[in-house]
Amino acid sequence: MPAGFDNLLGVHEQALNLQAQRTRLLGGNLANADTPGYKARDIDFKAALANAAENDFAGGPLRLTRVAHIQPEGYLAGAEIMYRIPMQSSLDGNSVETQVEMAKFTENAMRYLTSLRIINGRLNKLISAYRGE
Amino acid sequence: MTLFDVFDSAGTGMLAQSVRLNTTSSNLANANSASSSIEQTYRARQPVFSQMLNAFDFDSPAAGVRVLGIVESQAPLRTEYNPGHPLANEEGYVFMPNVNVVEEMANMISASRSYQTNVEVMNTTKEMLMRTLAMGQ
Repeated sequence: MPAGFDNLLGVHEQALNLQAQRTRLLGGNLANADTPGYKARDIDFKAALANAAENDFAGGPLRLTRVAHIQPEGYLAGAEIMYRIPMQSSLDGNSVETQVEMAKFTENAMRYLTSLRIINGRLNKLISAYRGE
Repeated sequence: MTLFDVFDSAGTGMLAQSVRLNTTSSNLANANSASSSIEQTYRARQPVFSQMLNAFDFDSPAAGVRVLGIVESQAPLRTEYNPGHPLANEEGYVFMPNVNVVEEMANMISASRSYQTNVEVMNTTKEMLMRTLAMGQ
């Protein structure tokens, strides 16, 4: 277990954030399963996490602290938002495949709960160390 | 908290699907509403869905659904020659709505399935939030 508070939670802090963001994206896809012309979106989680961990190590990513700062479009927490290529295309131009999105959504939720469990475990270890019981 | 806008997008999804269920039930109920003139005949109603961006946060990735409006089908009406019908016009024709019952049934199943998916999304997100709130306990 790491000694300092800063890296107590390790990569799981960023993982939790990214998984929460991805939940929003996939939830939006599922809500738009019947919207004509809607394109399903997702992020490359592995690359996004590697990017987030690296940014954190180097002193943090660029942040928006003023109104005049420009948010790059098509990025989610530093990860590029990409469009999913459907297995079977539909006539109305919608590329959401409910079963695929549902699988990704459930997988992402399980990963979120796993990260949460690991963070909880580390916090509990710290708490029991403080108590000295 | 970022997870809360999943409820917004899933909620708008459910709203849109319930509008679709409403139009479907209206179409099915009026599938045989005969009329003596083309103008007065019921026409099948269909909602038009569109993607909605979050009004408070344009960068939000959680896209909702908006019902742009309800359009009436322009498909030709069914015309029947039935001089004995009380609503028949001078030539003996009655006009029937252009509702395709088979299409409407498929629409109904699709709408209720999509509604269920949104409920599932909400339940999962709620579970995630509850576990997050219990962190460190």
